Parts: sequence; C-alpha cells; structure tokens
Amino acid sequence: MSSKYVNEATSSGWSVLFAAWVLVTTATLGSLFFSEVMDVPVCVLCWYQRIAMYPLVLILAIGLLPYDPKVLRYAAAMAGTGWLLALYHVLLVAGLIPKNAQPCVQGIPCSETHISLLGFLNIPTLSLLTFTLIGVLLFYTHRMEPS
Amino acid sequence: MNRKTIFISVAGILILAFVMASLIYKNYQSGLQGASGGRNQSVVERQGAPIKGPADAKVTIVEFFDPACGTCADFYPLVKKLIDQYPGKVRVMMRYAPLHKGSDEVVKMLEAAHLQGKFFPALELLFNNQQRWVVNHVSQPTRAQGILNGMALNHNELTADLNGPVVTQAIQQDIKDGQALNISATPEFFVNGQPLPSFGYQQLSQLVKQAVDEAY
Repeated sequence: MSSKYVNEATSSGWSVLFAAWVLVTTATLGSLFFSEVMDVPVCVLCWYQRIAMYPLVLILAIGLLPYDPKVLRYAAAMAGTGWLLALYHVLLVAGLIPKNAQPCVQGIPCSETHISLLGFLNIPTLSLLTFTLIGVLLFYTHRMEPS
Repeated sequence: MNRKTIFISVAGILILAFVMASLIYKNYQSGLQGASGGRNQSVVERQGAPIKGPADAKVTIVEFFDPACGTCADFYPLVKKLIDQYPGKVRVMMRYAPLHKGSDEVVKMLEAAHLQGKFFPALELLFNNQQRWVVNHVSQPTRAQGILNGMALNHNELTADLNGPVVTQAIQQDIKDGQALNISATPEFFVNGQPLPSFGYQQLSQLVKQAVDEAY
C-alpha cells in the first residue's frame, strides 16, 4: 500500500506534465496551421518563439515516457526563453516598443505580419498566454515532486 | 490504462484533429473562391488602369503588383509571353499594390507616366534596374526618379501630376480594392475575375488557357 502513495504523488506530477505536453503540441500544430494551411506569413520573431516551442513537444514526451522529473530543468529553460520573446513581441505590437525596431519578413511589409484573429487575440498574445501556461504547469509539476 | 496508451491516443487525436481542420479549411476556402469568382469583377478591374494587349480581348489578366517586388519583375516577361501566345485574345491590366516601404511614392511616378501614355516603358525601366533603386526590400523613390529622368517624358508635367487628384484617386482605388480582395503579397493575379488556385506561373498559364478556351 505504501508504494501506492508514493506512486500517486509522481502520478499526479505525470498528469500535470502531460497536460503541459498536450498544450505545447496543440500550440505547435496550431502555429503550423496558421502558417502552412492558412498561409499567414511568419515573421522573424515568430520563428524565434517557434524555436523555443517546437522542441518541447519532443523533450516533454521523452520526460513522460518513462516519467523523469529532471525534464523540468530543460523544459523550464526553453519555456522561459520563449516567454521573454513572446513578451517582447506583444509589447512591440502594442506599440510600447518603437516600431522601427520591428523585424520584417523578406518581401512582406511589417504592417502585414501581425494578423489579428478572433478580434482581439493576435498571434503574439496567444504565444505569450501559452508560454505563461506552460510555465505554470511546469511549476506545479515541480511542486508535486516528493523531494 | 497505462501512460503509454494515454500518450499515444492523445497524440493520435491531436494529429487527426490537425489533419481534419486542414481539410475542412481548404474545403471552405475553395467554396468561398467558387462563390466569389466572376462576381467581383468590379473590384478586380478599374476603368483607366494601364492595359497591355488588345482592347477587345475577352480574357483579362489583372495583376496587382509592387514595382519594388522582385517576383513581379521576374513574372513580367512571362505575362508578356502569355499575351503573345494567344494573339488578340489576352490582355493584362496592371494595378498597384505598394506593399514595400517607399513604394507608394514610386507608384505615383508610374501613374503619372501612365497619364502620358508611358506606363509600360517606365515600368520596364524600373523592373530592369530594380537593384539600383530597391535596397534591402525598401524602395528609394529619389533613385527611382533618377532612373525615370533618363526617359523621354514631359518631366514638368510628371512632377505636377505626382500629387494631383487624378493620380491620387487611381492609386487610392487600387489600394482599396486590393484590401477588399485580401492582397497581402505581390504579384497577385486574377484571370477574368478568378484568382489563382495556388501561386505559380504554371497555375497562371493554366488558368489563362482555360479562360481562352471558354471565351473563344
């Protein structure tokens, strides 16, 4: 019976980490849907955020099967980097950072890069929300670790 | 259920959802195009826009272009080839989509040249010397002006027309229609109001062939 209690603690850690994996996978497929299916142009900053997001699909999967809480260290570093980039991008779009610092896709003017979806939710905001949520989930996984 | 099973099933569901959403979206898009095709002629074409080819041609290619766009310059000889390929049957109408920084000033020069009947020579000159006046994808209007200065034009008239109401109105109309047609990249082609199914020269020549077969 006692081994079951220990298992339960790691098991809930596994579930939260699994939720984080579902989130990054959904975000990855979602961003691919925007760029590859809807043909939304991808700006340079979006690519940097993708670099922080896409590998998490594999890194978290490896940490889930079999469950290895050490994965949190690697995942947190990536999620943190992505979060900072997303924050910078959101501030840029909101005009809080001067427009002339805005990167631009070859042949696509900067004004065209930020397509706003669902009215107020643009892609950089979605990215910032996702990275924030990943951070929260990783933190809870960490909290559920017995040690 | 063990973890591996949960993981693999959820991964499967996510990938399936992605594929389904892609198919549904593509389907929806082609449905939209079919519904709007032909009906948006008044937005696609503008009276008085520069035209190459016979006036009574039954097939009209409308090209939204930016003089600073490299792909537009690459496509220009190909579009001319299409006009020659079907003599008397195909014409091309050029409309402005100044998406590059600085291009708004350059299209004014082209429209002012058009008022003197010199649109196509001016356009060819700018396309052929693009690397001299487009730097890192940004138009340099003063350099473009310098290149056009070498042309046989009434330059006083050109300068006077640049910011005149005729030029401004034509360009405003093109930008407005371009937005209505959701043009975010150049060149963008319409053949008798029909957009390309996907971008490429092959697709353009295919659509032109279809339209010629239908009209003649």
